Amino acid sequence: MSNTLSRKAAIVGIGATEFSKDSGRSEMQLACEAVKAALDDAGLKGSDIDGMSSFSMDNNWENEILRQVGGKELKFFSRTEFGGGAACGPFVHAATAIASGLCDTVVIYRALNERSGLRFGSGQMMNNSPLDPNIINFSHYFPYGFMTPAAWIAFSARRYMHEYGATSEDFGRVAVAMRDFAATNPNAFFYERPITLEEHQASRMIADPLRLYDCCQESDGAVAFVVTSVERAKDLANTPAVIASARQSIVKESRMMTPFYGETLSGIPEFDACAGEVYSMAGLSPSDIDVACLYDHFSPWVLPQLEAFGFCDRGEAKDFVKDGHINRGGKLPVNPHGGQLGEAYIHGMNGIAEAVRQIRGSSVNQVEKVDHVLITAGAGVPTGAAILERG
Amino acid sequence: MSDSSAADILERIKPLMHKRVGPYNSWNPVSRTQIWQWCSAMGDHNPLYLDDQYRAEHSEFSRDKAVAPPAMMQMWSMRDVNGNDGPGSTTDNLFEILAALEEEGYEGIMAVSYDQTFHRYLEEGDRAHHYSTIINVSDLKTTGIGKGFFVTQLAEFMDQNDELFAEARITYFKYQVPKKPAGASKPSAPGKINRIHPVENHDHEHFWQGLRDGKLLIQKCDDCGELRHPPQPMCEHCQSLNWSTIESKGKGTVYTYTVMHYPEIPPFDYPNAIVLVDLEEGVRIVSQLIGTKPDDIKIGMPVEMKLTEVQEDMTLPLFHAAGPKIEEKP
Repeated sequence: MSNTLSRKAAIVGIGATEFSKDSGRSEMQLACEAVKAALDDAGLKGSDIDGMSSFSMDNNWENEILRQVGGKELKFFSRTEFGGGAACGPFVHAATAIASGLCDTVVIYRALNERSGLRFGSGQMMNNSPLDPNIINFSHYFPYGFMTPAAWIAFSARRYMHEYGATSEDFGRVAVAMRDFAATNPNAFFYERPITLEEHQASRMIADPLRLYDCCQESDGAVAFVVTSVERAKDLANTPAVIASARQSIVKESRMMTPFYGETLSGIPEFDACAGEVYSMAGLSPSDIDVACLYDHFSPWVLPQLEAFGFCDRGEAKDFVKDGHINRGGKLPVNPHGGQLGEAYIHGMNGIAEAVRQIRGSSVNQVEKVDHVLITAGAGVPTGAAILERG
Repeated sequence: MSDSSAADILERIKPLMHKRVGPYNSWNPVSRTQIWQWCSAMGDHNPLYLDDQYRAEHSEFSRDKAVAPPAMMQMWSMRDVNGNDGPGSTTDNLFEILAALEEEGYEGIMAVSYDQTFHRYLEEGDRAHHYSTIINVSDLKTTGIGKGFFVTQLAEFMDQNDELFAEARITYFKYQVPKKPAGASKPSAPGKINRIHPVENHDHEHFWQGLRDGKLLIQKCDDCGELRHPPQPMCEHCQSLNWSTIESKGKGTVYTYTVMHYPEIPPFDYPNAIVLVDLEEGVRIVSQLIGTKPDDIKIGMPVEMKLTEVQEDMTLPLFHAAGPKIEEKP
């Protein structure tokens, strides 16, 4: 499959700010800090950048960042919609642009003051324009007070429990595993603060069946990446995290956070649709994956991701998790940084940074012999997935 | 803010009351031009004011002099746009009482009432001035916006012969601005915070209007007959743009549900049970489930719609558990 984007581009730089509840500075400053850190990490200058990609939801314009980090001209820039569903799209775009010769070096960034600013989980409207497609979509839910991400995801979690016999404890085991990793990650919110399953079960109900510890902590912070061609990556100091495959996915059942009208609510149809090609594009299979960095804004939706990507059969993720396979030392450690449940909620981008560290061998919770890491973007929205490979 | 008691404050400001301050003189005599401008701006077409012929035939007023609308009374001796009073006006401060109340922490001000009395019309060439007096300060009152004093000012509008042609009693409320808005602890208070109104654009308006008309309407493709909800302009089965609606009976079963506990978003009551209902007609709809204890909600339970006017201009298809079939046992 030489005409695909497979293995044409690699992540060669990662940068981030600290993760906090109140950054005390603008999202623009967070973006500039993270981009500069990623360039420094790659050993590149602002003037080396000729492409940028980010989330539609990001409030920082490319031209403003380019100027401040010492850039000159962008030949390519793109955005991806759908909140955290955009976490993989920019890597698809960057690899495609580089593979096609559009540009050489793409900066990807996401900066948000989502905790100190407008919290998505608060039930506040993001925008009240009657032309905003979010508001048009949510108009069939907001009048009932059905207006928080936890509640929307609870619909699916309840169906998952109903169809497969999963329990709140099965979701809790995901949260416990994430918090265990976070406890040994000094950059995590929950550094040195692991939880037990009993504590999960005692935590208060947010949107039944989701308890407090099933929900990520909203955060301030920024993460940035430098993606360049695999040829150029050979001249740089870091071990390249080669983009072995990357794919976006919208299916006809896709809705913005409210996918309530398809055949089933217990799976994630976007991942079911794209998983096969994410593997085939890379020429890999589930058994080749050493670590998975899965989008875990809420613990229940880690389970159907494990099923969609073939680590276990449909409905058996609860047993896969119960057997400890996603834990520290398990056969498929998931989110060794602690995930969004344990480290921070930077719209999934902090998980992709961890994937790069695992490839490099530089994580604080390093897994032995990591050649391939699966990464996913948001669940419950149009989304994407990718496999990174040690170059 | 000082800790002075209300009695102390009243003791201090009472000597400032009943001090008649003035005159506030006019810049110009009453003129036809200003009357015309005002009538034109206000849309007041009463012929008495500017129609000389009418005035001669139907009133006791002079044919030659335009008559000023009574509601213009205060504008003749108003300050100019630079804030300067007319020539010869007093420089005394009428508002010592308001300043004194501000010093005590009663910084908010809200106009409460404006009662006017008219004694005679002014005509072209008349010359107005006015006096103002603070005639009352109430005891400390507690209101919905905070604690404060009602202050009433009397304005006396005089002509060139020092005869009263109009007067006004203007009441302000000078109050302590609460650190948190009053009522914040009662988010469900009616009229404070409403449910967010849906977008009723071309694709969705029929649905919400149908609810206001007492019907739960489901879109139906006119070409292939497929039902769809939520509304969308094109049939996803046959791509037809032709559609009409059918009226749902509002009966179905719970496909999935959640019970929202936190955060508590006004104006909703918590816990707030939300259901995804499989309607008998074959589409799904999201709504609230009313009247069932959270622990009693089950996937598959039969539910029925009750159209409910939850607030002015918003009717929603709320659901409740369908009544059990009562079968008489022999």
